[in-house]
Amino acid sequence: MSKNINVALIGNPNTGKTSVFNQLTGLKQKVGNYPGITVEKKQGICKLPKGLKAHIIDLPGTYSLNTTSLDESVVLELLLNKNDKDYPDVAVVISDVENLKRNLLLFTQIKDLRIPTILVINMADRMRRKGISLDIDLLEKKLDTKIALVSTRNGNGIDRIKSLIANFSDLSTQPNLNTSRIAPDYFDRLQKTFPKEDLYKLWLVITQDVNFMPIEKKRIQDATSFSTKSKEELKKLQHKETVLRYQFINNTLKETYIVDFKSAKGLRATMDKILTHKIFGYVIFLAILLTIFQAIFDWSSYPMDFIDEQFATAGEWIKNTFPSGIFTDLLAEGILAGIGGIVIFIPQIAFLFLFISLLEESGYMSRVVFLMDRLMRPFGLSGKSVVPLISGTACAIPAVMATRTIENWKERLITILVTPFTTCSARLPVYLILIALVIPEGRILGLSYQALTLMLLYLIGFGMAIFSAMVLNKILKIKSRSLFMVEMPTYRLPLLKNVGYTVLEKTKSFVFGAGKIILSISIILWFLGSNGYSEDFKNADSIVNERIQKQGLSPYSNNYIQNHINAYMESIKLNPESPPDAIQLKSLQDTVQNFTNILKERARLQEIASYKLEHSYMGLAGKAIQPIVKPLGYDWKIGIAVLTSFAAREVFVGTLATIYSVGSDEEETIKNRMAAEMHSSGKKPLFNLASGISLMLFYAFAMQCMSTLAIVKRETNSWKWPVLQLLFMTSFAYLVALTAYQILK
Amino acid sequence: MATVADLSHGQKGIIKDFSEHIPPIKLLELGCLPGNVVELVQIAPLNDPIYINVSGSHIAIRRSLAQLIELEITDDNMTL
Repeated sequence: MSKNINVALIGNPNTGKTSVFNQLTGLKQKVGNYPGITVEKKQGICKLPKGLKAHIIDLPGTYSLNTTSLDESVVLELLLNKNDKDYPDVAVVISDVENLKRNLLLFTQIKDLRIPTILVINMADRMRRKGISLDIDLLEKKLDTKIALVSTRNGNGIDRIKSLIANFSDLSTQPNLNTSRIAPDYFDRLQKTFPKEDLYKLWLVITQDVNFMPIEKKRIQDATSFSTKSKEELKKLQHKETVLRYQFINNTLKETYIVDFKSAKGLRATMDKILTHKIFGYVIFLAILLTIFQAIFDWSSYPMDFIDEQFATAGEWIKNTFPSGIFTDLLAEGILAGIGGIVIFIPQIAFLFLFISLLEESGYMSRVVFLMDRLMRPFGLSGKSVVPLISGTACAIPAVMATRTIENWKERLITILVTPFTTCSARLPVYLILIALVIPEGRILGLSYQALTLMLLYLIGFGMAIFSAMVLNKILKIKSRSLFMVEMPTYRLPLLKNVGYTVLEKTKSFVFGAGKIILSISIILWFLGSNGYSEDFKNADSIVNERIQKQGLSPYSNNYIQNHINAYMESIKLNPESPPDAIQLKSLQDTVQNFTNILKERARLQEIASYKLEHSYMGLAGKAIQPIVKPLGYDWKIGIAVLTSFAAREVFVGTLATIYSVGSDEEETIKNRMAAEMHSSGKKPLFNLASGISLMLFYAFAMQCMSTLAIVKRETNSWKWPVLQLLFMTSFAYLVALTAYQILK
Repeated sequence: MATVADLSHGQKGIIKDFSEHIPPIKLLELGCLPGNVVELVQIAPLNDPIYINVSGSHIAIRRSLAQLIELEITDDNMTL
């Protein structure tokens, strides 16, 4: 088999690069990260004519090779490193027919790297409406390349790209611009010092702040035979380069690209007037936000309930089908419970990304940035912080990654640091179960207390994010220049295929990314909860049996038995008008007796199980942290749940489920189980208003997500920020929870 | 000297040579080059940022950045 042709897709943002990638590769794509950084790496395979195959990389969108962000550095580093296994045999530059002039700037830079380059002119379906006519043949000649005129909306031209890729060896590798024209003297000296190297590549190494192979920056700086230039001088030369490139492009387009403005039609002006209007603009944005929240928290509850039921049924099925033993327990209580805890979030994540990708594809997101920028600035944030803050309501991980578009480092850092305060979907299950337990069901002004509490928690999260941004803005002494620049793309109908792929891909990366952590924690918990080393743990059966013989069952167990008997008596509904005869009465008494015996046996097993749990590894750990969590109104079991949810918040409910169900055959819902749990004083429920609110506030503020910390470390490239974030958020959460409990109890 | 920040709604101007203050390279790459025409398309509700069309590129920038781009305001309807 011959080697695959390596293809790199390169282009400005908003040119439909990803649509071309999707059309070429279909579902045969793989999304990962570049080693060591969180820049997304999209790859796929495409079948070509003549039995050839292409390995396609969709590089991050960039306006030029003058890099200003991590994403853009990735592009440059790959294109300068011939030893990289992904180094392209052919580069495909994607452009948008409406912005061809600007898009060609990047094209000429790629061409000057002497890589065989194909030009794709996308959005051809809009040419007529915009009054654009092109002379493709002449354009190919002037740019010294091959061109594919493409419309990803209807799939036209994709075959032409494929055949151009297959015949890449026919492409010219002559540069468009002679680099030494920028500053003849300087470049002559440079060439003399490094006679074997390509001038344009040398120039990039000098001006760009990236690591290069094999020509290193240092070697050039150390070369004494030509005088280096100051930063200011280099910047002037870069300007000259840009001017020269645009001169070349303008000359090229003069005869080949003609726009008849009379026949140009566009919605842009009208849409912009409405969507960025000083009143309607905000009203529309608010309405869209409300729709998104409605979808995440209301519409998604149907699929979520369905998933919940399926997993409960599956758990029961496993327990009933497989022989009881350690393996079945691990499967049903460890693994299945763990997977269920991940899958349940899929509807919310999918809805969120559906909306975000619709807003981005349509061009609306840039208008939101434009609308919000001035409002966010007093808090040290940027209009571009809006997207991370909205995404943060689903998950802080993609949100922190989304900050990459913020050019100003201080604004970006503040956004990263405060985003975890927004109420992510992982907090939702914790809130929901606690609200159901401790907030009464009444209504005020037609709104339920429970719904109001939930809304309040969201507002608290958002308010805290804004407030800490303001504080950070005052404290942080970072000087960085504002480079705020947003392209306002043309409004477009979103391509359903693109939206679908985005939703699929983001959901997948959540399930496998966060999923791994949640699943492994569930298994570890199960293990720690069902094993122990102490004598108490090993002899749990005999100790508990002995206690029951001496003192009888615990008050909790007696209560539990009585409740079930009462429920049973109610269900058979004795008819007072026809009292049962002696035989019936006898049989009824027997049934109740049998039932009571069964319940007593169950209660006994449960007491053993909870005794075991108390003396398992997990119980010991819980007891150890009890002094810390007691002032907040928690017992050791909640303590364990809080501790394990430092890995991920949603683990809280799962942990309590594991703690309460370990060893119990009863398929009782976790909520009822929690409601029945008594405070150690025995006088009030463990989950009461004071402890419940204290817990909710703790979860609102504490930094309990290892994955977010890991992402923050990567994005800020230091341990300093995630560690500060963890310490500040968690100690603040502790203080607030402490105050709330001490006041309310 | 007038700058892009001085434009009012719908007004146009031609970018002058950069004398002292050199705007960031990224701005040039998006089309803010000497000789090109800038039109102010929209101003955000709180007067900042501004939304311009420069030689066919539609971009939003903050006023602080716009103040770095010097221009000569023209009021006639030049084609871009």
